Amino acid sequence: MSRLLLALLLLPALAVAAPPEVTLTIKDHRFQPEEVRVPAGQKVKLVIQNQDGTPEEFESHELNREKVIPGGATANVFIGPLQPGKYPFFGEFNEKTARGVVIAE
Amino acid sequence: MLGAAIIVFREALEAALLIGIVAAAARALPYRNRWLAGGIAAGVAGSLLIAALAGTIAEAVDGIGQELLNAIVLGLAVAMLGWHNIWMARHAREMVSETRSVMNDVAEGRRELSAIAVVVAMAVLREGSETALFLFGLLTQDDSLARVLGGGALGLAAGAAVGCGMYAGLVRVPMRWFFTVTSGLVLLLAAGMAGQMARFLIQGDVLPALANPLWDTSRLLPLNSAVGTLLHVLAGYDPRPSAMQAIFYLGTLGLIALGMFVVRSTRAPSARPAT
Repeated sequence: MSRLLLALLLLPALAVAAPPEVTLTIKDHRFQPEEVRVPAGQKVKLVIQNQDGTPEEFESHELNREKVIPGGATANVFIGPLQPGKYPFFGEFNEKTARGVVIAE
Repeated sequence: MLGAAIIVFREALEAALLIGIVAAAARALPYRNRWLAGGIAAGVAGSLLIAALAGTIAEAVDGIGQELLNAIVLGLAVAMLGWHNIWMARHAREMVSETRSVMNDVAEGRRELSAIAVVVAMAVLREGSETALFLFGLLTQDDSLARVLGGGALGLAAGAAVGCGMYAGLVRVPMRWFFTVTSGLVLLLAAGMAGQMARFLIQGDVLPALANPLWDTSRLLPLNSAVGTLLHVLAGYDPRPSAMQAIFYLGTLGLIALGMFVVRSTRAPSARPAT
C-alpha cells in the first residue's frame, strides 16, 4: 500500500502533472453519465468505455474531437484546456440516443 | 437504411472529392486509371484489415493507437500531395506545350503516379475503415444484410457522384489555368490534412494544443452546414482550430509553395520549349 502511494506520488513528476481522468461509459447506445463535469482551464483525459457490442464514434464539434471506439473497447480522448461552458458531444453512429455534454467549470 | 446511406455518404464524400481532384491533376499521364484503381483497391483492402483490427488498434499505445495511425496515414498523404505539386511545378510547362499528349518519360510518369496511388490509398483507407466498422456494427444489430448493403451502396454511389462531378468540372478548366487550379486545390487539400493530423496528435496528447481555440466561427459557418462541410473537405476548414493546427496548416502550405517556387525558378529558363 505504501509502495503504491509512493508510486502515485512520483507519477506527477514523471508525467509532468498527469491530467485528471473522467470515465464515460457507452451502453445501449447511450452515454453514462450524459453530463460530464470537468475543471476548466486544464487538460482532461476522457476514458471512454464502450460496453456495447457495436462500434461508436465519439464526436464533438465544440470540443473539436472525433474518435471511433470499437465494441467492447476502451479509448482515451484528451480534451481542453477548456473555457467554462457547455460542450455537447454525440455518438455519430447512433446520433438519436447517444448524446451528452461536457460542462467545464 | 437511410441512416446508413447518410453516414457512408459523409465518409465517401471526402475520399471521392480527393480522388476527383488528383485524377484530374494526373490526367495527362499514361496508365493513370490503372494506378488510381490500384490505389483504391489497396485502400479498400487496408480498410477491411484496419476495421477488423480496430479493437486492438484503439487500445494500443495507451489508448491512442488510432490517433497515431490516423496521423501517420494523413502525414503520408500530405507528403505525397506535396511531392505531386512540386513535380507538377517542374513538368506543367512541357505538359501544356505538348497539349494533352502523353508524357515521354515513362519512368518519370510512373514515379509520379505511384505517389498519386499512395494518396488515393491513404484517403480510401482513412474513410473506408470507419465506414467498414460502422457497417459491421449495423450487421451485428438487427439490421438485415440487404438493408445495410443497400444503404451503404446508396451512400457510396452518391459520394462517388460528387467526386465525378468534381473531376468533370476540373477537366473543363482551360489548359492555360488548369495546372494553377489543380495545384491550388491540391495545396489546400494537403494543408487541411496536415491540420487534421495535428488535431489527432493533440487528441492523443502527443502535441500541446497551444492556444485553444484560436478563433471560433462555429456560429458564422458551422461545420455541419453544406458550405462548412465542403470547405472542411477541400480546404481543411475548422471552425474552432487550435494554434498548433494553424501552425501545421500554414507550415505545410508554406513549405509546399516554397518547393514549387524553387523548382519553377531553377528550371524555367532552360526548360522553355524551343517552339
